[in-house]
Amino acid sequence: MNTINLMLSLGLMWKGMLAIFVVIIVVFLVVNLLLRVTGNKSEDSEQ
Amino acid sequence: MEFLYQNITEITWQALLMWVIGGILIYLAIKKGMEPALLLPLGFGAILVNLPLSGVLNQMTEGIGEVNGIIQWLFHVGIEASEAMPLLLFIGIGAMIDFGPLLSNPKLLLFGAAAQFGIFATIFVSTLFGFDLRDAASIGIIGAADGPTSILVSQVLKSSYVGPIAVAAYSYMALVPIIQPIAIKLVTTKKERAIRMAYNPKNVSKTAKILFPILVTVIAGLIAPASVALVGFLMFGNLIRECGVLNSLSETAQKELANLITLLLGITISFSMRASDFVTFNTFIIMVLGLCAFVFDTMAGVLFAKFLNLFSKNKVNPMVGAAGISAFPMSARVVQKLGLEADNQNFLLMHAVGANVAGQIASVVAGGVILGLMPKILQMLG
Repeated sequence: MNTINLMLSLGLMWKGMLAIFVVIIVVFLVVNLLLRVTGNKSEDSEQ
Repeated sequence: MEFLYQNITEITWQALLMWVIGGILIYLAIKKGMEPALLLPLGFGAILVNLPLSGVLNQMTEGIGEVNGIIQWLFHVGIEASEAMPLLLFIGIGAMIDFGPLLSNPKLLLFGAAAQFGIFATIFVSTLFGFDLRDAASIGIIGAADGPTSILVSQVLKSSYVGPIAVAAYSYMALVPIIQPIAIKLVTTKKERAIRMAYNPKNVSKTAKILFPILVTVIAGLIAPASVALVGFLMFGNLIRECGVLNSLSETAQKELANLITLLLGITISFSMRASDFVTFNTFIIMVLGLCAFVFDTMAGVLFAKFLNLFSKNKVNPMVGAAGISAFPMSARVVQKLGLEADNQNFLLMHAVGANVAGQIASVVAGGVILGLMPKILQMLG
């Protein structure tokens, strides 16, 4: 067991999860905005 | 007459074992219906590449020199040199996905993110088992529950275990209906599994469906640039589907392209199932760690949903969190089935499908994030 690798994998864990959540939360916010802007038009009415 | 039996004397017990493994994969594909599109070519390829002096691999022939083998060439061109095969497959996958259930309830995106925790937990556990970080990260990505992502990440990181990782990723995806119920029941009570969720989908316009893949690509690209190839090709496929003017291309991507690449991907990956690489104790450990990745993913998704419930008035059935893994649509079906088991009027399918497609986005982002972070970490190690 390599202690340095263990510590680095923990670093990878928090940085990785942070990056994923940041991407997903930004997408979440943008999707909400998008739905608010485009939400009034239904699929049928556009077609 | 020696030329007739010379090859037979070259057979090793490791090659024989690989034939048996190939046979088992073919059996599982045909008899059990486990990911047949991948496991059958993989199983047959495992037999092909382990025949002594197999013509599908490059061989040095006396008097002629090196003769190219088709599987080795496919591996070099389609995976090693460009990662083209897994990436092209993402166009087909993107074209197959309907993000409608997710867009009608965007909160489900968060479950996709939470369920990627298994990747990083498995990376940590892999380092405990003594794997170096390059291999640990490649093993962890089995937890993306996404075969092409696992192949791509392990190949880019130049892991020595691409074969076992691909086999584990696809096998456990097929075993989701067995693995997930056990993991879910370990962290939920029957009362929690019986929580009902109202389904009030928002109206999703065609414009939103068209803009969604473009925006996701830009956001992922700005925050995690290494994920652009993965996310971009997935979203490109989805844009073709949703734009409404490329129906024949969309159908081609969903059927012909996806089928063709899947057909070649399995047999190409079998290159990494040569006995010399595959028959090691580490392969067994990787299979165990892959299982752990799926269990960690499931539990993380469920626990995250429970955490959100602490602050939410409208409770989420925690099982929906488990559908945040990328195994589509198996995971959503598992949640629906368990929901009905706990309460025969508890219909969770649409919520679970939303979380499931969120998992597809989050898993490719996770793959890209790992590819972005690993070079810096490897540089630190010198």
